[in-house]
Amino acid sequence: MADATTGPDQFTGPTPDNAIREADRAGRTEPMVAADGTPLKRSLNRALRRQKLRALALISPLLIFILVTFVAPIADMLFRSVENQIVSETLPRTVVALEDWDGTGVPDEEVFRALAADLVVAEELKNHTRLGSRLNYEMTGMSSLMRQTGRDVDEIGEVLTDQFVELDPAWEEPATWVSLMARDGWVEDQAEWVAAAEEAEAAQDAAATPEERRALAFDEPEPTFRVSDAAQEAFPRTARIYGQFADITQTEDEDSPTEEEPWNIVYQALYEDLSAGTAQGYDGPEADLVARSEAAVSDFDAPSVRSFFVDEIDEDWADPEVWGTIQAFSSPYTAGYFLSAVDLKLTPDGIEAQDADQSIYILLFERTMFMSLTIMFSCILLGYPIAFLLSNLPMRTSNLLLILVLLPFWTSLLVRTSAWKVLLQQQGVINDILVWIGLVSDTNRLALINNQTGTIIAMTHILLPFMILPLYSVMKTIPPSYVRAAKSLGATNWTAFWRVYFPQSVPGIGAGCILVFILSIGYYITPELVGGTTGTFISNRIAYHISSSLNWGLAAALGTILLVLVLALYYLYDRIVGIDNVSLG
Amino acid sequence: MLDTGSEQAFVAFERVQKSYDGETLVVKDLNLDIAKGEFLTMLGPSGSGKTTCLMMLAGFETATHGEIRLQGKEINNIPPHKRGIGMVFQNYALFPHMTVAENLSFPLEVRKIGKSERETKIKRALDMVQMGQFGGRRPAQLSGGQQQRIALARALVFEPELVLMDEPLGALDKQLRETLQFEITRLAHDLGITVVYVTHDQTEALTMSDRVAVFDDGRIQQLAAPDALYEEPQNSFVAQFIGENNTLHGTVKQMGKESCTVELASGEVIEALPVNVSQVGDRTLVSIRPERVEIDPAPGTMEHTLDAEVKEFIYMGDVFRTRLAVAGKDDFVVKTRNRANQTRLRPGQKIRIGWMPQDCRALDP
Repeated sequence: MADATTGPDQFTGPTPDNAIREADRAGRTEPMVAADGTPLKRSLNRALRRQKLRALALISPLLIFILVTFVAPIADMLFRSVENQIVSETLPRTVVALEDWDGTGVPDEEVFRALAADLVVAEELKNHTRLGSRLNYEMTGMSSLMRQTGRDVDEIGEVLTDQFVELDPAWEEPATWVSLMARDGWVEDQAEWVAAAEEAEAAQDAAATPEERRALAFDEPEPTFRVSDAAQEAFPRTARIYGQFADITQTEDEDSPTEEEPWNIVYQALYEDLSAGTAQGYDGPEADLVARSEAAVSDFDAPSVRSFFVDEIDEDWADPEVWGTIQAFSSPYTAGYFLSAVDLKLTPDGIEAQDADQSIYILLFERTMFMSLTIMFSCILLGYPIAFLLSNLPMRTSNLLLILVLLPFWTSLLVRTSAWKVLLQQQGVINDILVWIGLVSDTNRLALINNQTGTIIAMTHILLPFMILPLYSVMKTIPPSYVRAAKSLGATNWTAFWRVYFPQSVPGIGAGCILVFILSIGYYITPELVGGTTGTFISNRIAYHISSSLNWGLAAALGTILLVLVLALYYLYDRIVGIDNVSLG
Repeated sequence: MLDTGSEQAFVAFERVQKSYDGETLVVKDLNLDIAKGEFLTMLGPSGSGKTTCLMMLAGFETATHGEIRLQGKEINNIPPHKRGIGMVFQNYALFPHMTVAENLSFPLEVRKIGKSERETKIKRALDMVQMGQFGGRRPAQLSGGQQQRIALARALVFEPELVLMDEPLGALDKQLRETLQFEITRLAHDLGITVVYVTHDQTEALTMSDRVAVFDDGRIQQLAAPDALYEEPQNSFVAQFIGENNTLHGTVKQMGKESCTVELASGEVIEALPVNVSQVGDRTLVSIRPERVEIDPAPGTMEHTLDAEVKEFIYMGDVFRTRLAVAGKDDFVVKTRNRANQTRLRPGQKIRIGWMPQDCRALDP
């Protein structure tokens, strides 16, 4: 490199050379300091901080808007692709009980008891149908199984209820249960609350005007029911299910556990606890009743929960596959959606290929890619000459033509797509013309719509401006003198174009390709309308799962894969072409 | 106009006309012969048709009428890439996606010249413009002057006999421009190439050229060597376009072969050299170069003296520029050299000025 003083031209202004030399020089010496001795970098940062803060303040409304309306929903949606808490939240006992199941045969009684307790709660909360839909994505029939089970599951334990009541009618009394289960002081708190409520009511009755009456309204909720530690220790299952019963009674039904008879499943749990012997030596409230009952349960006639499920509710409960599915999807996070999205499935035996008649997504991804690439290349082929022409015409003419290019944007996308339907159908204008010219016979009209051809034609038309505009704006900046120079140097028209003009228009092609490709890969309306069955994109499937099948997890997984795919292609593009080679003009 | 026979002319324009819109002529009846090895400059204000002429010669514009010949062969219908003419553009037109060496290699590659020969030629061309070490750079990494050197090297690397330059130094600063002016003339002379150079900078035209063609309104106003152009302008456009000039309006009173008498608008009568006035009564524009005017000439040395009043005195370093009110006009300029004992005039001072009649040319109005 020539030194500044010996180079052919002695520059005083800043040139790239000078900047490089300056940088070299700076690298050799100590860090620069400002006049007051602080490092120059720091004082520069301080000087720029105000500016940066102001810039941040200026963009913050948009930033917040984007975060709230764009980033957050997308993050939430992407999260759904792995989220699977519904199984472990709806069937907490079953999931734990199933941990020891080896995956073969029907699980034992213990698992069915857990399932019964879980499903009674789920049925009360109306969660069992949601669980059914979720599991139905993995195994068809689960939805109806759950609905069926939900109808009958409250009968479990009925026999035991009768026997307990027969043994001592006190078991029928809600008060017995409350005193057995409630935490210390709850009964007193509740009594106080009742007294306060009655007092308020009396005061209200005495009130003269409606306003006064309203002012005296008593709207404090009943004290929240808590199970006592002693009960939890002595009757773990009963305490858990009764706790849930009390909670649901208070919050969902807005009733009081002091007035409601517990569910049959609570008696079932009590039977299990008493048989298990955990209540031996219990000395809390109602100890006498408990002791008597404990002595009696061995003589109780306790039907098997398992056989009730299998024989009375649905024989599918004897199907190991049902249990395998529940076990496979019991973890709070799952790769199941992603596996489904690439035509695999999670089975009790590990990951397997989806059945041939159900594998569709790989094909759809491939088709989306292929069609997007085809659309992109058709856009280049059609758009490049137009952009070239536009950039070489005088300003007045090119502006007019540019308006024609933009004209499609002024009509609704739906209208344009429908217009293609009219044009391309078998009895449509294009086929009519072809028949009239004699290119195709009347009996052999071309199928141009409701297939891939239709989607490609319509989408190329719709996305063409996105190719032309960046191309035009880049070509506009290429001075005609380059091509002239090339010709004066002896290049033919073609060589001048290919070696001089074209490389300089590549940034425009790049920008256009990225725009068109990314737009088309996620396009929805046009393929939906003109794609038929063979011309639809992955986005149509995503939309189906969002709005029809309501399998949002799978939709999210498909969307995530699409996003990753686009980012990967973007990265690839950056490596091959270089992203700084993209220009919108 | 110089009348070289078309046969031996290297480049010849014959009755060339050019119109872009079919209504007005940008180039009107151009006849121009350029000899081999000549450095010819087309000088003129913008819109005078000089660049159009160059583009027709290069082949980027087609002549509407007339014939352009290169080495005796008509080239009107030969596409630019087959003409073998080197060209340097105002904006350099270096291909930004190629390195300097690739830029220079381009004309050689399209001529299918072998790799080793290409490298020798590129090196020689780069050394010629003293840019030997810059082969690997991209044009964007070079300064304007360096880019123009590369553009020059690229136009010369395939050894054309004719090189066209379209205001190549227009975008450079004054100092750089002067250095490159000198280098371009030196190269052209050393290589023996013919150069057609377009500029609107008269100093550039005068310092570089063998001959200058002054364009205006689509015609060559005068084609002459720089000194002749300056000393003996053939019409008032050339007189005013080349260098600074004082003009006085008047009417021819007496007509002689070597001199004529002109009565100025203010009534004073002076003698002048008739250039394109033909008869008594013609209106004329008398032109006198500012440096040919003497201030307070010694009595008897000058044939004509006029009264003048100093309006403005400008110190310009090597010269003093004095604006005077003379014969009813107050834009009469006199330039005097900054000599050791030169008196500096003050505005308002009354003086007399004088000049020799042969420096005073009576031109068309």
